[in-house]
Amino acid sequence: MLTRAERRRGIGWGLLSLVGIAFFVGIAVAALLSWDAGNTQSLLFTAYTWRILRFTLLQAVLSTLLSVVFALPVALALARRPSFPGRVWVIRLMALPMGLPVLIGALGLIGIWGRHGAMNSLLLKLGLEQPISIYGLSGILLAHVFFNLPLAARLLLAALERLPAEYWLLSSSLGMKPFSVFRFIEWPAARRVIPGITGLIFMLCATSFTLVLVLGGGPAATTLEVAIYQSLRFDFDPPRAIALSLLQIGMTALILVAISLFPAPDDSGITTGRATRRFDGRTVPARLWDTLAILLAIAFLILPLASIVAAGARANLWSLLSSAAFLRAAWTSFTIALSAGLLAVLTSLAIIAGREAIADMKRPAGTARAFSVSLGGMSSLVLLVPPVVLGTGWFLMLRPFGDVARFAPALVAIINMLMALPFVMRVLAPAVETHRERTGRLSASLGLSGFSRVWRIDLPVLARPLLTALSFAMALSLGDLGAVALFGSSELTTLPWLVYSRLSSYRTNDADGLALILGIICLALTMIGTAGRRETSHD
Amino acid sequence: MTDGIALDKVELKLGAREFRFDCALPAGAVTAITGPSGSGKSTFLNLVAGFETPDRGRILIAGGDVTEKHPSERPVSLVFQDNNLFAHLDLAANIGLGISPSLRLSGNDRAAISQALERVGLGGFEKRTPGTLSGGERQRAAFARALVRKKTVLLMDEPFAALDPGLRLSMANLLIDLHRETGNTVLIVTHDPDEVGRLADHAIFIDHGQILLQARAEEFLVRRDIPALAEFLSG
Repeated sequence: MLTRAERRRGIGWGLLSLVGIAFFVGIAVAALLSWDAGNTQSLLFTAYTWRILRFTLLQAVLSTLLSVVFALPVALALARRPSFPGRVWVIRLMALPMGLPVLIGALGLIGIWGRHGAMNSLLLKLGLEQPISIYGLSGILLAHVFFNLPLAARLLLAALERLPAEYWLLSSSLGMKPFSVFRFIEWPAARRVIPGITGLIFMLCATSFTLVLVLGGGPAATTLEVAIYQSLRFDFDPPRAIALSLLQIGMTALILVAISLFPAPDDSGITTGRATRRFDGRTVPARLWDTLAILLAIAFLILPLASIVAAGARANLWSLLSSAAFLRAAWTSFTIALSAGLLAVLTSLAIIAGREAIADMKRPAGTARAFSVSLGGMSSLVLLVPPVVLGTGWFLMLRPFGDVARFAPALVAIINMLMALPFVMRVLAPAVETHRERTGRLSASLGLSGFSRVWRIDLPVLARPLLTALSFAMALSLGDLGAVALFGSSELTTLPWLVYSRLSSYRTNDADGLALILGIICLALTMIGTAGRRETSHD
Repeated sequence: MTDGIALDKVELKLGAREFRFDCALPAGAVTAITGPSGSGKSTFLNLVAGFETPDRGRILIAGGDVTEKHPSERPVSLVFQDNNLFAHLDLAANIGLGISPSLRLSGNDRAAISQALERVGLGGFEKRTPGTLSGGERQRAAFARALVRKKTVLLMDEPFAALDPGLRLSMANLLIDLHRETGNTVLIVTHDPDEVGRLADHAIFIDHGQILLQARAEEFLVRRDIPALAEFLSG
């Protein structure tokens, strides 16, 4: 029901975005492959790369396992206590780590679990000799659990809450004991989503960069991404960086294939206070167990956050805010984030328009179908070729053409855009689809098209999802250290890079203050996004 | 041929379902499109409206070949069961879009909008948004838009299915009144035999993508020789 012109335009936009992304990623990969290939092959599987690959997988497996295992009791407890005091806030707290820049989270964790942190001081007072180290494997695991336990708990909780209310009525009228409820109702529901959750978290941990950079990084605790960064930034050993990059792409490709075998988890069913009534778990031990699980989770999440606030407040925030270094970094970060955000939104719209044009054809040819599928895949290409690898490729590509720093802001913005694209698509694609379902035939029959349709029909309805997508993308770019790490310099300083370099030069007081400011900015942006989403779900 | 609506040996395949329609519907009359659910009633309407284009055959409206025309280029107005109005625009804008897709309206146009609202019993509702209206009022507003469009054909896809039975009756009366005034050609998809009797001059019965019967309404309602139709009429 699109006019011919609309269909042509849609396919044109889709093609443009497809070619653009393929070009950007393709150049990076081509640069890697063409660089002294003979030398690289011999470097692909050395004792060194094996060790790094092994550690990458080991820490990812352990992180995933710990996150899911500890998330399960928390989700079960929250599901069984629909009227737990402040439950809404607990669920919101669990959404917080996802909106927090990873670097900031790492600082908070150091504040609690670090050598001079609250936890070790407590243990010292209890007579133990500082048994917890925030650096190395244990620190990486701790940080991954901090970020991924709440994610897993939210997804599990959503799965539990999607169960029909009649189940709880039935189980109590049948007199099922807690273990039977778990075995016959809760576990089957959780088991359906656990493979998807595990895959997602494994992918996040296997490709985690910032946490490993800050908390690991020694030869014994380095993942592929960090090793790529180090071989380029410190050792300037391109062949090794290339070998590691190829390993990285191979690994993520395998993980993505494995993940695609399981249904994707989603938290759409999550409610923040629906009147589900649970009649089980009324005994005292059950109450104690649930309360303990929820309180421990709260403490685990809230202490590092509180530490960020407390440490940040000790810094001289005003002088930091008005310092030239901050203002310059803030301006750089803002322009990069805005460009990345706008680019991500526009690219998403182009991809959606292209797929819409194909879907509108009655019997699309094979090429058209393939085009539509590749448009979908293109939006998550960054999962396959991670930021550091993209950066490495372009770094090698552009080096012969002069100072890479000149191109760096544009490169960082485009890489951030690609990182945001999967999220932006998840927000925009369903919103546009619903909107088209409601208004597509009506608009076509009234002859609304082009600017008139965009202005009167599309924009008023899609303004909120567009704003949500933009603010998510901007928050992601503002807090990102992965893309900027390769290019960061005195000429290109973003806020996370500023925090990181203050941290590296042991000016922790400044780092804490800057972290607090950056954290607040990113959370504010994410909140704008989620507020918009909540309101749209109303109508 | 005819100055009504003609589907000339139209064939269409959607997935595994095949449709074959060959019929001529009289101008200036109300024709009911009936059939069991999934039989192809809505596909029939979509072909006339232009949301589907046939693989073979032609579609003619008032003697003109519209087979390849975009929905907006066909002389038709549409009323769906739901979502007839843009929820974020007021009634004046919703109806005005029926006159000009870019909403460039003259003073006369605005007067016509108010008049149309008046005619369907929504006088003074220009600034109201669809969310503040009842289901029946929303359908009335959709009628008002059909009025200002002054197209020769009105296509309706179960326009009263979402309304209470009592409301259906008064809406049917309104539709009949408007039809008498404008003399337009009306196709109405319905699964309600009572509605056929109440509204239609003619009726066609579709089953498995084919027209099994086309007849005057009074004959249609007493036919018992087609099992699927007999089942449909007995409710």
